[in-house]
Amino acid sequence: MQMRIDPAASSDDLAREVADAGAARSLWQDAFIRLRRNKAAVASAIVLAFFAFVAVFGPALAPNPYDEVFPQYVRVPASLEAYPRADSIVPEFESVLARARVDVGEITLDGGTISAPIVTDRGIDPRFVRFVERSDLFTNARIEEVSPDETRAVMVADVKRTYFFFGTDANGRDLFARTMIGVRISLAIGLLASLTALVIGVTYGAVAGFLGGRIDGVMMRFVDILYSLPFIFFVILLVVFFGGNFVLMFLAVGAIEWLDMARIVRGQTISLKRQEFVQAAEALGVKPGGIVRRHIVPNTLGPVVVYLTLLVPKVILLESFLSFLGLGVQEPLTSLGVLISEGAANMQGATWMLIFPAITLIVILFALNFLGDGLRDALDPRDR
Amino acid sequence: MLGFVLRRLAGAIPTIFIVVTLAYFMIRAAPGGPFDLERPLDPLIMENLNAAFNLDKPLWQQYLLYLGNLLQGDFGPSFTRRDFSVADLFAVGLPVSVTLGGLALLLALVVGASLGVLAALRQNKGADYAVVGIATFGITIPNFVVAPILSLLFGVWMGWLPAGGWGTPAHMVLPVVTLALPQIAIIARLTRGATIEALRSNHVRTARAYGLPTRVVVITHTLRAAILPVVSYLGPAAAALLTGSVVVETIFGIPGIGRYFVQGALARDYTLVMGTVVVIAIFVVIFNLLVDIAYALLDPRVRYER
Amino acid sequence: MIKTMLKASAFSIALATALGVTGAPALAQEVVYNRGNDTDPSSLDQHKTSTVAEAHLLRDLYEGLVVYNSEAEVIPGVAESWEVSEDGRVYTFTLRENARWSNGDPVTAGDFVFAFRRIQDPATAAGYANILYPILNAEAINRGDMPKEELGARAIDDRTLEITLENATPYFIELLTHQTGLPLHQASVEEHGDAFTRPGNLVTNGAYTLESFTPNDRIVMRKNENFHDADNVQIDVVNYIPFEERATCVRRFEAGEVQSCSDLPSEQIADLRERLGDQVRIAPYLGTYYLPVKVPKETLGDPRVREAMSMAIDRVFLAEEIWQDTMVPAYSLVPPGTNNYVEDAPQLDYAKTDILDREDQAIALLEEAGIGPGELTVDLRYNTSENNKNTMTAVGEMLRNIGIESTLTEMEGATYFNYLREDGDFDVARAGWIGDYNDPQNFLFLYESDNLGFNYPRWANEEYDRLMQQAETETDLQARAEILAQAERLFLSEVPAIPILFYTSKALVSPQLSGWEDNIMNVHGTRFLSLSN
Repeated sequence: MQMRIDPAASSDDLAREVADAGAARSLWQDAFIRLRRNKAAVASAIVLAFFAFVAVFGPALAPNPYDEVFPQYVRVPASLEAYPRADSIVPEFESVLARARVDVGEITLDGGTISAPIVTDRGIDPRFVRFVERSDLFTNARIEEVSPDETRAVMVADVKRTYFFFGTDANGRDLFARTMIGVRISLAIGLLASLTALVIGVTYGAVAGFLGGRIDGVMMRFVDILYSLPFIFFVILLVVFFGGNFVLMFLAVGAIEWLDMARIVRGQTISLKRQEFVQAAEALGVKPGGIVRRHIVPNTLGPVVVYLTLLVPKVILLESFLSFLGLGVQEPLTSLGVLISEGAANMQGATWMLIFPAITLIVILFALNFLGDGLRDALDPRDR
Repeated sequence: MLGFVLRRLAGAIPTIFIVVTLAYFMIRAAPGGPFDLERPLDPLIMENLNAAFNLDKPLWQQYLLYLGNLLQGDFGPSFTRRDFSVADLFAVGLPVSVTLGGLALLLALVVGASLGVLAALRQNKGADYAVVGIATFGITIPNFVVAPILSLLFGVWMGWLPAGGWGTPAHMVLPVVTLALPQIAIIARLTRGATIEALRSNHVRTARAYGLPTRVVVITHTLRAAILPVVSYLGPAAAALLTGSVVVETIFGIPGIGRYFVQGALARDYTLVMGTVVVIAIFVVIFNLLVDIAYALLDPRVRYER
Repeated sequence: MIKTMLKASAFSIALATALGVTGAPALAQEVVYNRGNDTDPSSLDQHKTSTVAEAHLLRDLYEGLVVYNSEAEVIPGVAESWEVSEDGRVYTFTLRENARWSNGDPVTAGDFVFAFRRIQDPATAAGYANILYPILNAEAINRGDMPKEELGARAIDDRTLEITLENATPYFIELLTHQTGLPLHQASVEEHGDAFTRPGNLVTNGAYTLESFTPNDRIVMRKNENFHDADNVQIDVVNYIPFEERATCVRRFEAGEVQSCSDLPSEQIADLRERLGDQVRIAPYLGTYYLPVKVPKETLGDPRVREAMSMAIDRVFLAEEIWQDTMVPAYSLVPPGTNNYVEDAPQLDYAKTDILDREDQAIALLEEAGIGPGELTVDLRYNTSENNKNTMTAVGEMLRNIGIESTLTEMEGATYFNYLREDGDFDVARAGWIGDYNDPQNFLFLYESDNLGFNYPRWANEEYDRLMQQAETETDLQARAEILAQAERLFLSEVPAIPILFYTSKALVSPQLSGWEDNIMNVHGTRFLSLSN
């Protein structure tokens, strides 16, 4: 499937290219122009922008707060219709009134309002409304038509409509809102850790590969040592020292995850530095720092970006593994990884708990991957 | 080359020593001990236990004791599985993990590399998007979701394969596939990227210009270069795979060593964790060495001087 | 590639069918029972065990002086009869003549004396030695203050065992059902040392013998032909399979690969009940789930504040919704059904009050204590587990109803229990206790003020200690029960730990398996079970 560029856009691009021709375009400007021509990448960027929006504003826009517990709605399935269901309203009204220990007459449900005559020898107590108010199903409860001897009255309440687009979890919390907050946390974690890994890994790998020889040997031995370290303990210690601060935690995860990156960059660098253009730059007297910065690093970016798109999901999943061990995000906050692992446990019986967070994660990661591929193609210096 | 290998192996000894030392003190710095259970022990009994396991001695003494035993090849007794020494546990578990990981690695390499090359040859065409899509899917779904789904599907509902356990080849199918899935995805993506790059390189362009058939070009020129990033990735991945996977082993109930690390870490079974660390360190060292050798063999521009 | 894969799997299916699903080639006429267990044992040396999973294994391998039958009633085991002295301190057991070890040796009184001395020997470092502290001098020996020969257990002859106690301990016979009361084959323990538990070395006197032990895979036991009741043992081979992941056991159960599971994931209970009906067994269990509150803290030290918190917790919601009916609402520390206790066991006063009224009372109590809405924030701490997390989340929500704010802190297991034991600075935590023997003392002793290992709230109450002391020496069961009840009432009036739930035992039992009776001790000796096809 060849990318078809619509004529208007392409002439626009052409015009810009002509205009830019005078000044030397940097690699990055060049890459950006080419990235824009990649439809999949552009679509992915839009999807990611959408999720960035969701991450920032989603929790505020969701119908319910992410940490509110609805005791009457534990594990209800996802639905676009409002809860409560018609057939559960009357029994619930009956049961809340029973808790107030009053005799209940015939219950009438009229549109959004429910009412029932109540009788009690103890005298009508205005506190009775609280029993109704406390239920997630009713609101605006009031006692009307109190008889003179205060033994009879009518309890009236409005039925409260609540939406659970993604259903609720084992505590009766809105999964839609929790997925929104999960997107926020997971994206933050993925970005934070991956960027940390990127910066450390690329620098380290390029330097080791470029300098080569004994220094390379020592630097890579250090990587080997870190590889062999018991990661869980590292994290447990961090939690002990930093008290479960999640920003620090994931800076730390990033600080561990740079190892692969360093190895890949080093491998590339070793190959690159034997290539003609690097040797030419050396012959021209470019300083080693300049060579690494201008020639080595840009040329390794292709595989690095591909790896980065693999790293973000890895970090997000790693986070869920850590939360599993009790070392990740603290309740009532949550992350997509935590939601998915809870969902996996509830797979039979409460499928929605797995499906919605999982689809969200998959869409995000797909978008990340396609954007990554687009970047890789756009950054390939040999394809100018 | 031989000299290089020997030098590297000699160099591995201090590496492992440093790993052991760091790991030892990190573990011991973690709060809690092997006898902190949900049902607490009487303080007096705790003392007896600590004395029996030398935990009442100063830390540096315990460290030297451990190091001394390790040098004699003694990993010590396990704290939580007291009928076994750590070496016993590995004798049973390591072959299982290596079998499982090896099969998964093989499957991932064959399937992943084929898919990657296929995608690269059909870049930006349907097959390419399909492969990238499947690969992305493979990495996206955590194995703690894949494993129970496969077990339910093939073990419980269809009844084709055992739902869990270990022993016959049939028991291996589901765990191997679960373990291989994300690796297939990663290897396919890496191969695809590298192959595309290689296809654009001058010598491949030249070969193509000379009119060599694509198949020949791919096999003789491209694959060699394309395999480099995969090899880079495979080193640590192989070490990790062969030393077991916690999730897959737990969910399928497989007696490998993958679980020991987490079991040991959470239960503060110091010797078991240290044993795992040593085994992992040895695997990592060996596989990194293999990667370097493979690099030298595959890319003639890489040489190991001195 | 795909083709070869299919072939490979077809081949493996054929192989699996040929070998039988478990992979252990079994003779056709043998009855093999694949039994799910919680985890592997930390040891098959009973002196180094403590868990329920280990108790299941040891119950099949060994037989104590007395044993539980399938209904958890105490019946004679190796002892065919016993006599108790007037003051309740001296027990004389007569051992059955046909009691044999798996190698054919007779089981003697000396084997018991050997085992009882060994468990108290500090060198053994037995985790549960304190269970047998009621035996004369046991504690002093375990402390290293006395030679082990001073223990109050002696063999009068091969078939007569005399045990002398520190104090009359009315639950002593019940206590002997615990795995710490099992005998050891002296000759093989002395010959093999620590390796005596290995397959091939291990000599047992129970219905089964150890055939093999593959960690994380299975423990294989075979019927002991020398067992005195071998004729009534129906199952020839038991494969104990450890399941750390409870959902895995459920899947293997549904696939027909195991015939029972020892625990169930509570998030699946509703679904399982629907699909498997009465194969799901949920029975009351001798265990309590409670929330220790740090007493020496300023605000939490006020009993009114603790009582208010206790009142606000809707236990029915926790049991029904969070735990899906796999827990029972708890209003006392000692679970219902505990032996040797008063008829009308103590309960929190507000057990039967409606939750909304309780909230009003709680708010009033807080006001009395000088705490207005939103002025108190407590940290709710728990160890990693889905259910703990959900429970504490719900508790936090309930406290909010009476104006107490809360934060949640999750900790990983070993860190958590160490933190609790070492007087960590928590506000409210969670803990659970499963009774080792069926007696209220086994729950109430947790809060004696000198019991630092267990008394997480660090609650110290002289009156309580005095009552517990008094109960220790009281020989009349009725009077003793009353004293213990008094202690519990005292405890409940101060709630240093808020009891919220009682445990249940959860199991999946195949219809093929008969003889599995639900009981409060969750004991199901394989010798009482039978398996049909």
